[in-house]
Amino acid sequence: MTASPTEDELQAGFDATIGRNDRIEPRDWMPEGYRKTLVRQIAQHAHSEIIGMQPEGNWITRAPSLRRKAVLLAKVQDEAGHGLYLYSACETLGTSRGELTEKLIAGAQKYSSIFNYPTLSFADVGTIGWLVDGAAICNQVPLCRTSFGPYGRAMIRICKEESFHQRQGYELLMTMMRGTDAQRAMVQESVDRFWWPALMMFGPPDADSPNTAQSMAWGIKRNTNDDLRQRFVDMTVPQADALGVTLPDPDLRWNEERGAHDFGQPDWDEFLQVVKGNGPCNAQRLAHRRRAHEDGAWVREAAMAFARKSREQEASA
Amino acid sequence: MNEFHQTPSHSAPDPSHEDGSVYDGLLGTDSSQWAFGTDFEDPLAGVDTTVPDGVDHRMLAAYCLALADDALVFSHRLSEWCSNAPDLEEDIALANIALDLLGQARLLLARAAAADPDVVPVLPEGSPVPAEDALAFFREADEFRNVRFVEVPNGDFAHTVARVLLFATARLAVLDRLTGSRDAVLAAVAAKGVKELTYHRDYAGRWFLTLARGTEESRRRLVAALDQLWPLYPEMLATHPVEAAAAEAGVGVDPATVAAETDVVLEQVLAMSGVDRPQRASLAGVDGRTGRDGLHTEALSRMLAEMQVVARAHPMGQW
Repeated sequence: MTASPTEDELQAGFDATIGRNDRIEPRDWMPEGYRKTLVRQIAQHAHSEIIGMQPEGNWITRAPSLRRKAVLLAKVQDEAGHGLYLYSACETLGTSRGELTEKLIAGAQKYSSIFNYPTLSFADVGTIGWLVDGAAICNQVPLCRTSFGPYGRAMIRICKEESFHQRQGYELLMTMMRGTDAQRAMVQESVDRFWWPALMMFGPPDADSPNTAQSMAWGIKRNTNDDLRQRFVDMTVPQADALGVTLPDPDLRWNEERGAHDFGQPDWDEFLQVVKGNGPCNAQRLAHRRRAHEDGAWVREAAMAFARKSREQEASA
Repeated sequence: MNEFHQTPSHSAPDPSHEDGSVYDGLLGTDSSQWAFGTDFEDPLAGVDTTVPDGVDHRMLAAYCLALADDALVFSHRLSEWCSNAPDLEEDIALANIALDLLGQARLLLARAAAADPDVVPVLPEGSPVPAEDALAFFREADEFRNVRFVEVPNGDFAHTVARVLLFATARLAVLDRLTGSRDAVLAAVAAKGVKELTYHRDYAGRWFLTLARGTEESRRRLVAALDQLWPLYPEMLATHPVEAAAAEAGVGVDPATVAAETDVVLEQVLAMSGVDRPQRASLAGVDGRTGRDGLHTEALSRMLAEMQVVARAHPMGQW
């Protein structure tokens, strides 16, 4: 019989796996802090998908063409699917969807702040696809290589679908820009409203991001907030140009020397307020989720009771 | 154009690769890289839309509108569940059913418009709104031909389970027969719909049994929901003159002719679930007119007010 490895040996094995850029799998030993960080991050991501159904779901019943209605309904349905994969990935770390949902509706776990902004016109459906899904993908593409196996694999699937959504959003805006003056104005107003919140999606500036260093050392996070934000701006500017909209930042310009765009800073005070729960829709989004969850309790109980009775019947048969 | 245009590389995105940018190709013109539904195509493109010999094209269009509106209105009600279902799996399943019915509605509306362009509301000259959208978004409530069963507001999950079960069972029987339609388009729409509705019926049937045999509360809610829907149900299987004419011409199905087989299926589900058939009279019409005649409940115009609001604000808009 071999002696069971000591904590130090386990830690050394874990560090070596991370060092080789290999995946950690659910049955592998992992430091408690790593597990906790992952649960926090994956749960937050899952919750974001589920809460994210609301702002766009807001326009399903008012979509102005049957084709757009189908595309939007399918997209919001995909978000529910993403939530499912991510909750499953999280369950491999020893928690459950039910437990995580309780934490979400109790306000004990967070979701992406962008969903605390309202959707005020149908153009927002396109803008969310283009800018919000676009920023989300910038954040998420590096996560396909994250060190925890189930998370990385879920992210590969999610990123593929998100890039469809992003194209659909951009294409909606393109179509609207070819339409009437009123439609073009609607697109511009929507872009003006979502540009800064989209930039906030990368998180606070690196100097103010306390968790980044440890997450990068563990291979959970692969790029800093500011790196990703820069990349997003550089990629978005030519698209805005092709679309024919202006981005609402007077400081935005190409910097030849850096080979990148200079741009202004979002209102970080507003960001903090939204993170603290004081955003335009925080209370509304949570109340909606809580109501749906509570309204469905009797259905979930019925399904469990039915399954139990069926098992008992089988056993006595 | 300017220095900004140096970024895109027009290669397919590879999200598993750090350098694979999701934006790659976004400005490209390769349409194969675009998602489903982002190109507008005539839903009947490539299908022979000639009205069969001896068939009155007005009657055919009216019949298609009835079938289309049932699907369109019920799809809308089901889509209201989005982000409100008891669990993620149910959210996804109800959205699936809504999407299937929306797909059926689009084909049938397009068929109605192709058979008789006069049914399509007239929009300002030069409007880019396609016929299916003109029909969905620019008709008044009294021009809708759906049965009242599909338009009443959603209740709880039991109400939706019972409604999907009754709707899918009846429509499946109708479409199953419609696969033999002399109209090639209707036959094709029916063949596709049969597969979809079989799934809808099975899904609702499983939940019907689960709720009936689950807890006291779920059973109470299910029985109440069935009771509430029952008076509306006969309208779905009654013969309207348009359906009679369509059946006579060999292009449509008289729902009364599938009432018996629909009932057999329903009886099986009720028996297995131990739920009694409600003893409720059918909902009267007004001066004999009901949903198929354009006589609706108060709920429809309110539903349409929401559904049509953006489209109507932009009759020259393109989406």
